[in-house]
Amino acid sequence: MSAKTTTGFDVQQVRKDFPILSREVYPGVPLVYLDSAATSQKPEAVLEAMDLYYRENNANIHRGIHKLAEEATIAYESAREKIAKFIQAPSIEQLIFTRNTTEAINLVAFSWGRTNLSAGDHILLTEMEHHSNLVPWQLLASEKDLILDFIPVTPDGLLDLDEYQKLLKFNPKLLAVTHMSNVLGTINPLKEILNDAKAVGAVTVVDGAQAVPHFPVNVADLDPDFYAFSAHKMCGPTGIGALYGRKELLEKMPPFLGGGEMIKRVELRSFKSNDLPHKFEAGTPAIAEGVGFGAAVDYLVDLGMDQIEEHERLLTNYTLEKLQEIPDLTVLGPAADKKGGVISFHIKDIHAHDVAQILDGDGIAVRAGHHCAQPLHTKFNLPATSRASMYLYNTLEDVNRFVDGIQKVKDIFG
Amino acid sequence: MEDFYRELIIERYKTPHFRGELDPNDITYEDDNPTCGDHIRIDVRLDENQIVTEAVFSGEGCAISQASADLMLESIIGKSIEDVKELGKEDILDMLGIELGPTRLKCALLPLKVLKAGVYGLGETDTPV
Repeated sequence: MSAKTTTGFDVQQVRKDFPILSREVYPGVPLVYLDSAATSQKPEAVLEAMDLYYRENNANIHRGIHKLAEEATIAYESAREKIAKFIQAPSIEQLIFTRNTTEAINLVAFSWGRTNLSAGDHILLTEMEHHSNLVPWQLLASEKDLILDFIPVTPDGLLDLDEYQKLLKFNPKLLAVTHMSNVLGTINPLKEILNDAKAVGAVTVVDGAQAVPHFPVNVADLDPDFYAFSAHKMCGPTGIGALYGRKELLEKMPPFLGGGEMIKRVELRSFKSNDLPHKFEAGTPAIAEGVGFGAAVDYLVDLGMDQIEEHERLLTNYTLEKLQEIPDLTVLGPAADKKGGVISFHIKDIHAHDVAQILDGDGIAVRAGHHCAQPLHTKFNLPATSRASMYLYNTLEDVNRFVDGIQKVKDIFG
Repeated sequence: MEDFYRELIIERYKTPHFRGELDPNDITYEDDNPTCGDHIRIDVRLDENQIVTEAVFSGEGCAISQASADLMLESIIGKSIEDVKELGKEDILDMLGIELGPTRLKCALLPLKVLKAGVYGLGETDTPV
């Protein structure tokens, strides 16, 4: 069964762009990759862009005068332009390259947080955060004696917005929230949440790692103070991510790491910070990865984020329908209309590791564990769940094989 | 792949022989596998000669970790605490009779880790926030 959606998105054509999808996991067993929420696969265009960069342009960027350094600088900086435009950032100065989403959030906690927060201040988080948007705030809270509050998650996997209104009465100085949950798949009503936080004067930080790869994100419209995401979940390489920030805040913030590139002038006992975005980019960056990140954005733009979103919605709805028919299987999170292509589930009396192991035998890659969201699993009273996550290259046939695999798990544990 | 879930492992997972808690006990210890959230507690009773008379486990985990715990505890009953200290990775893998990759190896060896920590009287290692 080939999934050709009404929008004309041709998934079989897309699959040909991803070399890894044609490998066998075990002899005679093709790959069904359902772990894109952990990391996506990479298209030929990204692999080629990085390879070409190393073969033809490799040099250190920004300060070199020679031809290669110029080419490398242009390659890296034009990637920044593409990525900024991809999320509708008003200027490239507001798009800082980091190692990943985690580092971007740590940058905000370290630089903005340490400067602007003091003992007794409230920070508002949610119960559905990935550890990357939780632990940096725990570290800061213990250093600065801050109070952490949490917007609860309802039993059906949504943020409890009534409770949110009550927590805003503590006048939090900061709100950190995920755009889309990596466990529940919940797509949060971000604009509404951000508007309410801004109304009480909170600075807002958004973890967009699961959002930017899967549907159009417009930071100019959403208007967060900070928005973080990673290349490797959106067809790009590992080792690079981005932080969008509001210009007035970024300008006032002290640097994150010190070193080369982040300075304008250095004396023995002092330095002057470089302009944005370089002020936050100490040391030689991941240049080839930046180039790959840009190529990934080109690839996604070319296919169309609306089309990708539509294709994933079709897959997600189909998967949820199929899973509903399986006895003793519970899917976490909200109804299909409020979630993206992240489907975490639990089968009665069968541990997630065993589910993943048996599926792996049939070439089906899913994740098992707490997906870096341990408190959320504690809340739902589950030590671990299995998670199937979709991306642009998945097909209805992938879903059928996955569902057959689940049946096999149940037979083995029968 | 089905070899992985050979009958012995599924059987011990579904109907373990050494599941429970002992109170009072001579040795008790519990620990987690942070990658999957598995949690195992082991309680042991010894006689006056430091011989294991009773040993049980509790907690949550996958078929591999639970079967591993059950088979391991079966093997230590009647043994001296010094013999228990000698128990190693290979013994556990022999009992399970399967080959394991690095991630599942942690599942299989969690019960051994817990038992050894209990026997050697180690403390908690979590960093409080």
